[in-house]
Amino acid sequence: MDKSLEEILQEAAEKFSAAGDSHALYEAKMTFLGKTGRVGALYKKLRELPESERPAFGAQINELRRAIEERVSAIEERLRERELAARLEQEQVDITMPGRSRKQGTLHPVTRVKNLLIDVFAGMGFEVFEGPEIETEYYNFTALNTPADHPARDMQDTFYLTDDLLLRTQTSAGQIRMMEQKKPPIKMLSPGRVFRSDDDATHSPMFHQMEGLVVDRGITLCDLQGMLDEFARVVFGKGSKTRLRPSYFPFTEPSVEVDVSCHACGGKGCSLCKGTGWIEVLGAGMVNRRVLENCGIDPDVYSGFAFGMGIERIAMLKYGINNIKLLTENDVRFLQQFKD
Amino acid sequence: MLLPYSWLKEYVDVDVTPEELQAKLFSCGFEVEELTCLGKDVVNVVTGRIVKTEKHPDADRLTVCQVDCGALGGRQIVTAATNVFEGAVVPVALDNSTVLHEGGVQKIRTGKLRGVVSEGMFCSGEELGINNDFYEGAEVNGILILDADTPLGADIRPVVGIDDWIFDIAVTANRPDCQSVFGMAREVAAALGKPLRAPATGYTARPTEVKITVEVQEPALCPRYIGNYVADVKIGTSPRWLRRRLALCGLRSVSDIVDITNYVLLELGQPMHAFDRDYLEGDGIVVRRAQKDETIVTLDEKSFTLSPDNLLICDRKKGVALAGIMGGLNSEIKADTKEVFFEAAKFARDCVRKTSRALGQRSDSSARFEKGVDAYTCAFAMDRALHLVEELGCGVPTSCRADVNAETLSPKVIEVSFAQIDDVLGIQVPHADMAAILTRLGFGVTASEGGMSVTVPLWREDVDGYPDLAEEIIRSYGYEHIVPTFLKNATVTRGGLSPAQKTEEKCKRVLQREGYMETCSYSFYSPKDFDLLRLPADAPERRAIRILNPIGEDLSVMRTVLAPSMLANIVRNVRRGNEEGRLFELANVYLAGQLPLTDLPEERKHISIGLWGGGDFFDLKGAVEAIAEAFDLRLSYVRTQKPFLHPGIAAAVMLGEKEVGWLGEVHPAVGEELALEKRVYLAELDYAALAKKFAKDITFRGVPRFPDAVRDLAVVVDESVTCAQIEECILSSCRAAKRAELFDVFRGAALGAGKKSMAFHITFAPEGDKAVTPELADSYFKKIVGALGKKLGAELR
Repeated sequence: MDKSLEEILQEAAEKFSAAGDSHALYEAKMTFLGKTGRVGALYKKLRELPESERPAFGAQINELRRAIEERVSAIEERLRERELAARLEQEQVDITMPGRSRKQGTLHPVTRVKNLLIDVFAGMGFEVFEGPEIETEYYNFTALNTPADHPARDMQDTFYLTDDLLLRTQTSAGQIRMMEQKKPPIKMLSPGRVFRSDDDATHSPMFHQMEGLVVDRGITLCDLQGMLDEFARVVFGKGSKTRLRPSYFPFTEPSVEVDVSCHACGGKGCSLCKGTGWIEVLGAGMVNRRVLENCGIDPDVYSGFAFGMGIERIAMLKYGINNIKLLTENDVRFLQQFKD
Repeated sequence: MLLPYSWLKEYVDVDVTPEELQAKLFSCGFEVEELTCLGKDVVNVVTGRIVKTEKHPDADRLTVCQVDCGALGGRQIVTAATNVFEGAVVPVALDNSTVLHEGGVQKIRTGKLRGVVSEGMFCSGEELGINNDFYEGAEVNGILILDADTPLGADIRPVVGIDDWIFDIAVTANRPDCQSVFGMAREVAAALGKPLRAPATGYTARPTEVKITVEVQEPALCPRYIGNYVADVKIGTSPRWLRRRLALCGLRSVSDIVDITNYVLLELGQPMHAFDRDYLEGDGIVVRRAQKDETIVTLDEKSFTLSPDNLLICDRKKGVALAGIMGGLNSEIKADTKEVFFEAAKFARDCVRKTSRALGQRSDSSARFEKGVDAYTCAFAMDRALHLVEELGCGVPTSCRADVNAETLSPKVIEVSFAQIDDVLGIQVPHADMAAILTRLGFGVTASEGGMSVTVPLWREDVDGYPDLAEEIIRSYGYEHIVPTFLKNATVTRGGLSPAQKTEEKCKRVLQREGYMETCSYSFYSPKDFDLLRLPADAPERRAIRILNPIGEDLSVMRTVLAPSMLANIVRNVRRGNEEGRLFELANVYLAGQLPLTDLPEERKHISIGLWGGGDFFDLKGAVEAIAEAFDLRLSYVRTQKPFLHPGIAAAVMLGEKEVGWLGEVHPAVGEELALEKRVYLAELDYAALAKKFAKDITFRGVPRFPDAVRDLAVVVDESVTCAQIEECILSSCRAAKRAELFDVFRGAALGAGKKSMAFHITFAPEGDKAVTPELADSYFKKIVGALGKKLGAELR
């Protein structure tokens, strides 16, 4: 390489070494390799040389250029590493500081239990049917084999809007509307608000029920208990059992109260189950023949069972809520506990 | 229904403990709500005779008694009672005993009273938990003086009749026949497989010339009326055994004749009434509806004005009893009553109930009739009452009986096949067991081809088909025999939520993601809530449906708007010191077509959203926008005025031309009235209107080959120019502009008074196959700036 070119290379190497950061290095690099840089000037000079000298000098410039580029990239690499190290050093955060996210809301425990129950029964082929909350006496009582002089129709229990219209006292009213619309096979689940004129420490004038109904050929009490066992296992845990005992509802015959083995003590007896090992959770029975007849279904061909439970009661048992009033006070300290 | 154990044992030989009987009753459908052991808190109290009394040496008011407790030996007792005397037999609470005291239990030990040893205490009736009906003298002021021939040193409990158990049984509404001691005895006998002894009903009827006629004008309201004349009545006090039984069931003794009616009510479940015949004019009973404004004064000296809805028992001249509820004062049994006319009737239960409710007059009799009385038991009870009259010697039953009966007294017969029973139960109960169970319960059973012919006892009016028999069989046979099966024969069906129900759930999820907590509020509130919202008198929200019989005025109208409930929730939270919160409810409002209601009203789903602390109007608006986004709705917002919202921070939510809701800050004046120190933001959306326009499904649009281009634009405009106006101008002046999003608002002296700067991100989407080059974007930008200047006087900043 020509002496003068050697000097340029020497000068470049010194400048590059002196560059403290990538930017300074880039500036230095441009001094030599930029459009108007030193190497560029040599190429201009090349064009002024006689034809015969050009190839040799050209080769020398190319060699110089390659040599400068080599030196730059070596230093570039070193500087990048140093700078990255410095940046990483500087960018350390206090990883114990709180994260950022939008706080999710919650669903009401009654909705959660309702959805859980729907999930259980939908899987068994139950469709969800919601009847009106304001009902006629016919759907709420008469069609459900609750005669006009039955104590359940008393003004003490039912909120009336007119002589004939009332706030439904039970989701059973949905049974009739369903059976009027659809003929067997029927598997129906009817959740919703119900109303009773009752307001004390353990009763709310409004609460929720979930009604279930199956009407098909050859349905028996054994099927009722089999299905309730499945319900109990899903809602209260794998080892849960049910127990039937005689009761009375006008729209079922036979009628039963259904107890579930206490999930708190496993049936040994504790304060929750008052030492009995069992907790009353719902009412059920075989659909009364008259109810089927009222809906135009032949009770000699079809039979069925129905069950009804208070969703608040299940929610209180499941979550250990000790006061029904909490469910309608809507205190955020209560609601926020029901996260997904 | 109270069942004394000792009384039950008169009809059934019970060979199990009270606790075992409780379990037995539970399994066959009778829950014992409370089992009370009467004398359990009276322990180590015995009978003793006072053999000597002396004045206490140091206390004038105390007496030192030497007491002979028979085999237990002698005791010295110091007492302050003044009714003790030498020779008296009294209850003695020995050292280490317990008695009742002021609602609790008191322990008694040997101690000294003013220096003199007292080895226990004498007891009053109250300390043993008894009244005069258990033992005459129990209510005197002082010590209970027992009969002189009482054995000494004996446990006091059997002596005063508190060695007993009371079963408080919940009887279901279909079993009125079990609302009596004998009715329950039938069940107990069947459950234990023991014979049943019926109460004696025999008596000798003295022939008489007296004729008392009964005329029932309303057989539907009074299906059976039996009357019987009793002569030579001598009113006295009932014997101790009878008074005690009344007392065990919480009734007080009045006089023997009246006690007999109450006794029969408890024993057989048949309410009875006794008239003083002297005061029955015309020797006839007429059962009729009361005339309008007819009055009667009942035994408790209350006066009632009646209507034709009320059934009245009359003599030939006047009303003498409110049917099934209470007798009249005018024919009351008095100490000098000489002749009695007994009544045992069946009155229709809803007639008694409606009259009782309407007049506010209740009695043991009305409570019993409301549950239902059967025609068979009327005659049984009358015979029993007459037997007791003879047994007690308080009168002479006569042959003068009237019996007006509109019911058939031949029993129902049900033909049932074994297969029918099996099909209900799903298991096969052995046929012999079926027959044995029914027979024990009083049914007549004869075998028939493949089944049974079952005669239903007359007192079982609830049984009328084979499912009832199936229930009788399985409750005795035991539900534990049911073998769970999983819908063995059922058809497979499709289950789950309907699309509309799924949409509601999705909407809740959207709000939940936005940080809102779901609430649940009553469907009714106070009409005052409309005043709180300062709604004008003709506001549609005030057309609320009223409940005829609300719990109180506060819960008396059905919701037409959810906001008051949300506001109440927020007030409650703020008062409890909850600094911030986001709440929502998705529930029905009830909209009357016509008031008063003639038809089922519309139930319409609304969404209510509330926010306080930690957010403002735009956070709330974000929730509404999130719903719109989730369901692909294009909502717009226009300034609105609502009496309960801040006039400058209130918007109507528009879906096309239709108003579908509102949102805003609660008016400061409303906030002040509620003592809310925080700004509160509320929204309410007509969910049903929104749901109609929800996107049904996803429609795919092609993905452009070229990326969007974004330019930022800041313009200075007059304060009156709105964000929506600028946005609309941007989008309408350039087709390629797909979105204009406000990201900054700035006001400052440099801009001049009444001016503001608003900055937008504008997104240009490529049209067709043409990329948005920087040059193209520049030209769009220029066009937009031109339009903004022309239409809104905006200047590029």
